[in-house]
Amino acid sequence: MSNDPLLEVENLKTYFFVGDQTFKAVDGVSFNINKGEILSIVGESGSGKSVTSLSILGLVQKQSGKIVDGEIRYNGKDISKLSNKELTSIRGKEISMIFQEPMSSLNPVLTIGFQIIEGIRRHNKISKREAKKRAIELLKQVGIARANEIYDDYPHQLSGGMRQRVMIAIAISCNPNLLIADEPTTALDVTIQAQILDLMKRVKDEFDSSILLITHDLGVVAEMADRVVVMYAGQIVEEAPVKELFDHPKHPYTKGLMESIPKIDEKKKRLNQIEGVVPPSNSFTKGCRFAPRCKFAMPECLEQDIDLEEINKDHKVRCLLYENENNSSTEVN
Amino acid sequence: MYKYVIRRVFYTIPVIFGISIVVFVIMNVIPGDITSIILGTEGTPELREQLRENLGLNLPLYQQYWNWISGVVVGDFGESLRTGAPILPEILSRFGLTLELTLLASLIAWVIGIPFGIIAAIYRNTKTDIGLRIVSLFGVSVPNFALATIIILVLSLGFNYFPPVGYTSLFEDPLMNLERLFIPALILGVSMAGSIMRMTRSSSLEVLEQDYVRTARAKGIKEKVVIFRHAFRNALIPVLTMIGMQIGFLLGGTVIVEQIFSLPGLGQYILTGIMQRDLPVVQGSILFVAVIFVTINLLVDILYAYLNPRISYD
Ligand SMILES: Nc1ncnc2c1ncn2[C@@H]1O[C@H](COP(=O)(O)OP(=O)(O)OP(=O)(O)O)[C@@H](O)[C@H]1O
Ligand SMILES: [Mg+2]
Repeated sequence: MSNDPLLEVENLKTYFFVGDQTFKAVDGVSFNINKGEILSIVGESGSGKSVTSLSILGLVQKQSGKIVDGEIRYNGKDISKLSNKELTSIRGKEISMIFQEPMSSLNPVLTIGFQIIEGIRRHNKISKREAKKRAIELLKQVGIARANEIYDDYPHQLSGGMRQRVMIAIAISCNPNLLIADEPTTALDVTIQAQILDLMKRVKDEFDSSILLITHDLGVVAEMADRVVVMYAGQIVEEAPVKELFDHPKHPYTKGLMESIPKIDEKKKRLNQIEGVVPPSNSFTKGCRFAPRCKFAMPECLEQDIDLEEINKDHKVRCLLYENENNSSTEVN
Repeated sequence: MYKYVIRRVFYTIPVIFGISIVVFVIMNVIPGDITSIILGTEGTPELREQLRENLGLNLPLYQQYWNWISGVVVGDFGESLRTGAPILPEILSRFGLTLELTLLASLIAWVIGIPFGIIAAIYRNTKTDIGLRIVSLFGVSVPNFALATIIILVLSLGFNYFPPVGYTSLFEDPLMNLERLFIPALILGVSMAGSIMRMTRSSSLEVLEQDYVRTARAKGIKEKVVIFRHAFRNALIPVLTMIGMQIGFLLGGTVIVEQIFSLPGLGQYILTGIMQRDLPVVQGSILFVAVIFVTINLLVDILYAYLNPRISYD
């Protein structure tokens, strides 16, 4: 793993305009993904993870959604302002994506084989025969034994786990540099989940690519990620290397998430859920967006917007509790 | 797949048999009979009774039905009570016209309805879409005879073109045939196009939101290909069902247009038959239309199964 950024997202704002309402689904998000790294974005439902990932490939619903500000630099080049047509040569080739819903992510009227070679032939000038050979290799690579038979099957003939393998095969078919996986295992049961995560790791090592792994499962994060970004209500509230984050979570929201992980050695039946829900993205007010749910909230929290500050090397947090800690650490330096 | 087709064909037999009973019963419960029409004002009760006897109308219903259906099964639809002309040849020759009209009208409806439905979906909620939706609403809601009147008026007053009435067969003079059928077909086609457009639009909208369309985009597939290969085929599935129904309805429902343009089609034949209480004509024609209707539905189902691999054949 190097520190060359492959993808730099800077101050990304993706809003949805519905009627006279503005939904600030992603509201000023910045992060980097380095080459060969697995970066994980975690956060509760509705915090803006999917919209962030769709923004990278320009796949946000065009009817109402729009990137209103910010840059997305891929290998140094801003791709956020490219036209749809220009983006098609990046999608699937440089950056590819796996979605949460394996049951509905494949086209029901086209064969598995066709859906794999379609992408291959879009980005490589090769014959149908060669593409088929490659597709079958890929199917074997993602652990499908009867690759030859599956090739002519339709999606409804496969199980969810199999379909997600096919999705991975499609996603890696052009050796992308970045694989975005939006909750790739949420819809699968636990044993299949482990197999798919394992597969993704293997694929990453084999192709030396980077992964942006979106999940709300901290167990998956601990297993997979190198670095973690915690999102809440369209913003990043904490960012740290995985070990640092689990050992020293700072933001009360992150701590709340950690406490809600079920622990085997605890007898308590009820999980410590964070009380309340993520505020809808058309209702953000000034100050900390987590304050209404926060045990440590102070009046100052709502007085002004709070910045994401670096409090340790590589560890950033958006919280007033650590303002002084930050100052003291700069004094020490 | 073959088994599926064969089984479906078998299922149509009881359906058609049932229809034949229903048609027969309905025709026999409507009041009035042909004797008063044949004999006119001269018909004394004794004469009419005599005629009923001769025509076999005095037999018990089940026997009449048996006489009729046992002939039909071997292709003998009987003769017209009014003219004595055999019915099946008449049906077949008239059906040619109705079929031609139906196919031409459907073709016009698809050529207008499907592309504009897709365009409306792609440009949803823009002026294009709203305009198309308003126009299609006219197509759906203006009845055929009104549309026919409007089109004839526009053509004759505006362009000094008088659509020819009457019929020339396709084999006699194809161009003339097309000229005579085009306007009637246009009228039928335009009113079908409205509902096809609306169905295509709504099903395309639904499909364009599907996850697999997003997957196709994420692969870098060009937008045109995404729409035609990934969205279109799925969007067409419900439209196809509607098309099948429409063709079926048209086969029996071209009667108004046939009447307006004096086209000797099947609809006209049935209408005259009903007015004259010419039972074998009406029964035979309706049964014929029913068989065609069922056959078309069968074809649509088979095509449906081909388009949609999720259909199980069991
Ligand atoms: N098409 C849309 N129109 C309006 N608002 C939208 C749209 N898509 C997403 N949003 C809003 O954006 C916010 C973030 O949604 P997003 O799907 O990114 O959440 P998420 O973190 O991926 O949640 P989940 O874990 O449920 O997948 C939500 O508040 C949602 O209401
Ligand atoms: Mg999501």
